[in-house]
Amino acid sequence: MLLECMMNGHAILYTGVTLAFWSTILIVGICYTIFDLGFRFDVAWFLTETSPFMWACLGIGLAISLSVVGAAWGIYITGSSIIGGGVKAPRIKTKNLVSIIFCEAVAIYGIIMAIVISNMAERFTGTTPETIGAKNYQAGYSMFGAGLTVGFSNLFCGICVGIVGSGAALADAQNASLFVKILIVEIFGSAIGLFGVIVAILQTSKVKMGD
Amino acid sequence: MEELSFNVDHGYLEGLVRGMKAGILTSTDYENLSQCDTLEDMKLHLQSTDYGKLLSSSEEDLTVSFVDSKLRENLVTEFSCLRSNALPPLSTFLDYITYNYMIDNVVLLITGALKQRDVEELLPRCHPLGAFDQMAAVGIARTPTELYSAILVDTPLAPFFQDAVSETNLDEMEVEILRNKLYKAYLESFHSFCKNLGGATKDIMCPVLEFEADRRAFIITVNSFGTDLSGADRSALYPSCGKLHPEGLQLLAKAEDHEQVKAVADCYSVSQTLRT
Repeated sequence: MLLECMMNGHAILYTGVTLAFWSTILIVGICYTIFDLGFRFDVAWFLTETSPFMWACLGIGLAISLSVVGAAWGIYITGSSIIGGGVKAPRIKTKNLVSIIFCEAVAIYGIIMAIVISNMAERFTGTTPETIGAKNYQAGYSMFGAGLTVGFSNLFCGICVGIVGSGAALADAQNASLFVKILIVEIFGSAIGLFGVIVAILQTSKVKMGD
Repeated sequence: MEELSFNVDHGYLEGLVRGMKAGILTSTDYENLSQCDTLEDMKLHLQSTDYGKLLSSSEEDLTVSFVDSKLRENLVTEFSCLRSNALPPLSTFLDYITYNYMIDNVVLLITGALKQRDVEELLPRCHPLGAFDQMAAVGIARTPTELYSAILVDTPLAPFFQDAVSETNLDEMEVEILRNKLYKAYLESFHSFCKNLGGATKDIMCPVLEFEADRRAFIITVNSFGTDLSGADRSALYPSCGKLHPEGLQLLAKAEDHEQVKAVADCYSVSQTLRT
């Protein structure tokens, strides 16, 4: 009966990994509490000891990689539907490349933001929290936040445009007049990626790293 | 969340199948065809549909057998195209569809061998969707056990042979019993596969397969009146994945004439359409 509850190998693997993860966290937490080592869990120490560069570079990495994941996801979803529908209705091939272009735009937003953020990373001298100064900390966190913003909004924008584009291709193959209407839905979906870029620009507008 | 990952494995085939569905003849096509007077008219009307290329490529007349063979060839080509691009679970589903034709082919070949027909003569009459490698050797077997252990154990039909292995020699009656036992195992396997997949597959396929199981039970019962197939033997042939399981099947096994069969059909309102 227990074997019937598990659907397949993947389900067993995911449950096992999740269980292992949470039990490790639980056991480590209990041990720290029992042995009166709770003071080691110090968020302030973590935030001041880590270099602002780490946060900045994480932000740049997330900006470009999450945007590319979103764009790739969208392109494969749309592309396979265009190819499938194009076998029996070849006329949809050229028009539906517009959906692919919308997905690609998401990746372009990501790389532009990554370049903009990376240009703000400057050298600073200072090794202790006092000598580094609040400005540099603020710069590091802003760059991380901006990268996160643009990365996640582009990820979901890419997926959204991809699924809508797939529907547009299949509908166009049946009835040519539907394509333009579904394109309007895609344009709205594409706008949400732009919102992420705008907010990220605002987040990094006050950034000044350096001495 | 389905849409996020569906297109990885099945996006191309989904687009292809939708295109194929759009090519099926509509009621307007049928009205046009019914107003045709000659074969040439029909050819002309069919030109504009997806079938135009198929039927106009040769000089032969549009006889029924010509249309039938061309369309069957087209079906097999399209099916092989879908099957070769399919990934599990779609590939398993398409395979289940072919097992039906495989069972029919095996029975056809055995019956032909019993009547001393030549294997070469029978092979073209087998349905191409049910082709498997060892088809030509099927006529050699004398008992179901021999058939299974020598030939069919390597084919996809092997799992359906659990109940059908017996030592009795293959004659006309035995071949039909073999066919029904194989079909019963196949239908139950298909039903549990669709049920495990869940979702739209289960919602659409399970009622269809249950209806098929009930239909087989009624046909086996009615056909066995007058032969020496007893009730106990009959109940071994009824597929158990339908709505008649288990009480209806017990009643059918005990039925001796058409009135009793009609009485069983009356109890199950879904069988209304079967009653004639």
